[in-house]
Amino acid sequence: MMNLALDTLSWILLLTGSVFVIIGGIGALRMPDLYTRMHAASVTESLAPILILSGLILQANFGLYAVKLSAILLFLLLSGPAASNALASAALLSGHGMRSQDTKDSA
Amino acid sequence: MTNVTQPTLGRTVVLSLILATAWLLWSGLYKPLLLSLGLVSCAITVVVIRRMKFFDDELYSLHFSWRLVRFWGWLGKEIWLSSIEVAKIVLHPKCPISPRTVELHTNADDNFTQLLLGNSITLTPGTLTLDVHEGKLTVHTLTDAGAKALLSGEMAAKVNHVTGVKACSQ
Repeated sequence: MMNLALDTLSWILLLTGSVFVIIGGIGALRMPDLYTRMHAASVTESLAPILILSGLILQANFGLYAVKLSAILLFLLLSGPAASNALASAALLSGHGMRSQDTKDSA
Repeated sequence: MTNVTQPTLGRTVVLSLILATAWLLWSGLYKPLLLSLGLVSCAITVVVIRRMKFFDDELYSLHFSWRLVRFWGWLGKEIWLSSIEVAKIVLHPKCPISPRTVELHTNADDNFTQLLLGNSITLTPGTLTLDVHEGKLTVHTLTDAGAKALLSGEMAAKVNHVTGVKACSQ
């Protein structure tokens, strides 16, 4: 009974994660410029790994593999933003323009 | 060698233990060859990190705490909510985006708080940190609503709370 519940939850997480990966892919194709494409791709980069790796951790029965999968998740979430930031600021520095209406705002 | 101060020595020991545990957990093999390779890797890592003067830096200042766990929970919720927003926009037939670039000022003057804020913003879909420079963050947002939510300063306040920066109003 417990196993069935864990299995169901794990599959829900895996499938939801997969759906978000596909949405991220569709978004990367539909968006007009680099920066907006990165917004769409960041769904694949942040929520999808959380869901998919959580699903896998439930499949791993909380053993040593679960520890390793958690470490992978942690490193993905730490390194992902750094990579995005490097890409975005490199694009900005090399003068890659933004399409569509841009207004600057301050707080 | 540079003279070793007491906190630096303690941190070196803690880091060595963390590295050794990580190696043992990752490999799961206890053969003499692998163990000695692990020992050499850990030693090289510690030496390189000390030469980088990493321990003298404030980067090491975030301690694991319940505050951090609660922050992760809150960040997870934010990632979930904004992922759904971005997914809706992507699947909408008209793709209703309204990209904006906003400047966000934080009253935290340490690098670590600014790093955490910038990375949290990037990690949340729909907002992307372009540049961080001396307390000024340049952020690109997918929608106008996302820019307004960012300028309300909720995330900056949460990050300041985690790293213990006094939240004084400007």
